Amino acid sequence: MANLKDSSKKSKSQSMGMHTELLKGRTQQRFFDSEEAENFYYFGNYDVDFNKRTELDVKNMEAPQANKKIDELMSEGYGTIVIQNPQGKHSLGVGILNKLNLIFEGSLGYFAVGSCDGPNVRITGRVGWSCAQNLMAGKVVIEKNAGSSFGAAIRGGDLICKGSVGARTGIDMKGGTIIVGGDAGAFTGFMMQRGRIIILGDVGINLGDSMYDGTIFIGGKIGSFGSDAIEAELTFVDKEWLKRKLKVAEIGENFDVNKIKKIVAGKKLWNYDNLEPTEKKGAI
Amino acid sequence: MCGIAGLIHKDKSVNIGTELQSMLQALKHRGPDSTGYALYGDTDGQNFIMRFIVGENVGEGSSSINEETTIYDERKKLVDKHLADLGATIIKEERLTPYSLRYEIKYDKDLMAFSKKIESVPMVEILSIGKSLELVKDIGDAKEVYDRYDLSKIKGTHAIGHARMATESGVDIKSAHPFWGYPFSDVAVVHNGQLTNYWNNRRALENKGMRFMSECDSELIAVYLAEKMRNGATLAEGMKDSLTGLDGVFTYFVATKDCLGMAKDTMAAKPLVLYESDNLIAMGSEEIAIRAILPQEIDTYDPFDGEVKVWQI
Repeated sequence: MANLKDSSKKSKSQSMGMHTELLKGRTQQRFFDSEEAENFYYFGNYDVDFNKRTELDVKNMEAPQANKKIDELMSEGYGTIVIQNPQGKHSLGVGILNKLNLIFEGSLGYFAVGSCDGPNVRITGRVGWSCAQNLMAGKVVIEKNAGSSFGAAIRGGDLICKGSVGARTGIDMKGGTIIVGGDAGAFTGFMMQRGRIIILGDVGINLGDSMYDGTIFIGGKIGSFGSDAIEAELTFVDKEWLKRKLKVAEIGENFDVNKIKKIVAGKKLWNYDNLEPTEKKGAI
Repeated sequence: MCGIAGLIHKDKSVNIGTELQSMLQALKHRGPDSTGYALYGDTDGQNFIMRFIVGENVGEGSSSINEETTIYDERKKLVDKHLADLGATIIKEERLTPYSLRYEIKYDKDLMAFSKKIESVPMVEILSIGKSLELVKDIGDAKEVYDRYDLSKIKGTHAIGHARMATESGVDIKSAHPFWGYPFSDVAVVHNGQLTNYWNNRRALENKGMRFMSECDSELIAVYLAEKMRNGATLAEGMKDSLTGLDGVFTYFVATKDCLGMAKDTMAAKPLVLYESDNLIAMGSEEIAIRAILPQEIDTYDPFDGEVKVWQI
């Protein structure tokens, strides 16, 4: 690790030998080989065939039973799984650390597809609170509305809601992209640390409150700015990225990106400059 | 964390107790301590329905209350005497549990004076008075309370209910929801959340003559709205005022004889999922509550922060 500086002022804990170095700002950066992430796989994940498709009716299943069945189907090589009758159940499709096409025909409850890394998910209905929390990679598309804490603490991947979302969208997110076609509630981007949020509609009060870093793009009206959130210049690069992202996300392709406002951290509260591996890859 | 549910049929009367039971039972994991129903039944509108308790056998350990049925009988006799003194006529009476009663009463004078007189009997609490409202609450889950009080026979247009996880006060009937909007007939409130300026508001409202029967923070909402309406505010105006007058996190429902309303605090910290169609509004803390009565694919959404909505039959 380069450029680590010794502290000139010794605190009590340092004088007791508890510190040998002081980490500060960008000196914390670690540079990854992009192939390192590309070739990464989880122990026990499956070699699935996207052309091998099956359907699973979860109407009479509890969530753990349904999730276990999804795992079994992946172990049998199914790469496309259609879940029928989810009926608002909580915690469906969680903890999938695999490449997979997962389609939910209907609506899901809380914690839908949480803690996933890799799947491509499409939900034809609505999702409840904390959809896709801790998403590491992959793509999740919700055709209708989503509840609060949408994309809480995601670290990568694309999370797309074609309808409107509740409060605290992207709370504590550390990477990835959240795209919302409709409106969003209060505290959007609350304490976000990295990543990007795009809201094409209006947002509620306290936008970007206490955000460390990251970028929020708003297409509609802003209820109010949160603490330390400020408007920044929308650059040519931003506009090109937005056009590309909205097109890939199949949402707002014809939206006039010139109307979009860019919100960033004023960095009066915190300056948190450590980059995530996926961001170093520059993958979009 | 508590679970709340509500629904209103705009153009028909249904087995409203059964529908609400299904919704609340789906939310049992949010609150297993007690369950309450505020059902707006079909009546001829001539007489008042008074639901009241003359005590309760609840709790375990030091907070338990275990009373003899004979004490309930004595309190009931005192209530009957006060009713006669007030000029009220009992048309019909039902004793649903040893401590819980339902009276149909002919009465046409001031409800506040009426309530004060009845509740002057120790341990007696009026759960509700109204010409449509049937307020039932007790320890147990939605199915248990539904069966205990035979709610299957109640037909009506709208209802609100609550599955309680006790956090701010005891596990007993007086702390269970819904709360009646004393002294207004046919007003009931359920709440999910915590109110942080309860005592300040309570002191101010008590100084204005309003009454509290429990130490449950949620009761404040019912009393707060009742006081606003007493001073001429509409239900919607009172609810909008509550967004700033009440501090804390809350989603609450309020129902009157012909309205159903919802309010969500400005932090949007408590959940609510809403389904709206031309004929039916159904809402609950989680979508599974709505799915309990509408299993087919439907469009639902979360109301935003600081939102107030009122629907009429």
